[in-house]
Amino acid sequence: MTGVEILDGSQAAPPRDNGELIFEAPWQSRAFGVVADLVDSGSFTWAEFRHSLISAIQTWETLETQDQPPWDYYSCWVSALEQLLFEKVLLDPAEIDLRSREYVDRPHGHDH
Amino acid sequence: MNEHEHHHHEVDPKTAEVRTEALEDLLVEKGLIDRARVDALIERFEHDLGPMVGAHLVAKSWLEPQFRDSLLDNADRVLEEEDIKGAEIEHVEVKANEPGIHNVVVCTLCSCYPWALLGLPPSWYKSPEYRSRVVREPRKVLQEMGLSLDADTEIRVWDSSSETRFLVLPERPPGTEELGLEELAQLVTRDSMIGVAKVKAL
Repeated sequence: MTGVEILDGSQAAPPRDNGELIFEAPWQSRAFGVVADLVDSGSFTWAEFRHSLISAIQTWETLETQDQPPWDYYSCWVSALEQLLFEKVLLDPAEIDLRSREYVDRPHGHDH
Repeated sequence: MNEHEHHHHEVDPKTAEVRTEALEDLLVEKGLIDRARVDALIERFEHDLGPMVGAHLVAKSWLEPQFRDSLLDNADRVLEEEDIKGAEIEHVEVKANEPGIHNVVVCTLCSCYPWALLGLPPSWYKSPEYRSRVVREPRKVLQEMGLSLDADTEIRVWDSSSETRFLVLPERPPGTEELGLEELAQLVTRDSMIGVAKVKAL
């Protein structure tokens, strides 16, 4: 994907006004709010999170084209959050894997 | 963990959605976050914080030359005096557009942005394309975004990747001589303060 495609296409609408939605889906706002609360309550600092976010974005950027999923900022955001929580030993990788698996396996109609 | 699978997990948006829900629930159970606080933070960033804080600074700069000088000279002190605080504005520098000089802001490494002045960054600001291309070919990128600059206008690109956040002070458009602070502030768009648009009179 080239820059022109992204700037012109649906991935990131060109800025014509101030009316653009900040979050494209509710989970993105939750992901944002969770990090903001963790910072406010002292689990880590914005600087630490930013560092982790830069790494997550670089991981995406260095993937080979065939392995590279479409750009999704908040997916990088969530990866960065997980990594930082692991580093801080606030969360166990197995724990989040298990819980995510449970939620994916929920019967239809119970997924929200 | 299998490296290949790992990446697909991380970047598939559906999976990120599930993981976000799982993360939030686990963190609530551990007492690390509070759902009501998360709700309040989202509400604040979505509704209360927006480009109007920055827009007021710009409008006031247009009306008061002394305020403008202070803002360009030491924005941190002005923000303190105006009682503007918040995440991501530990150190702010304001860059003024003038005839022949146009400023534009980017964060090449991630998405650093003066939240307390402009709210949250728009999605294009965070895109890999904007972050890499606006440094290499700013004139072309700005043109694609609807801003054509004269060939002899110097474009200065400010990279927010350090602890410094930048705000562009756009030029006051002609035809606004009669307007007051509030009316002027209404004209100042978020995009004009990032430097990808000019302020237009209505």
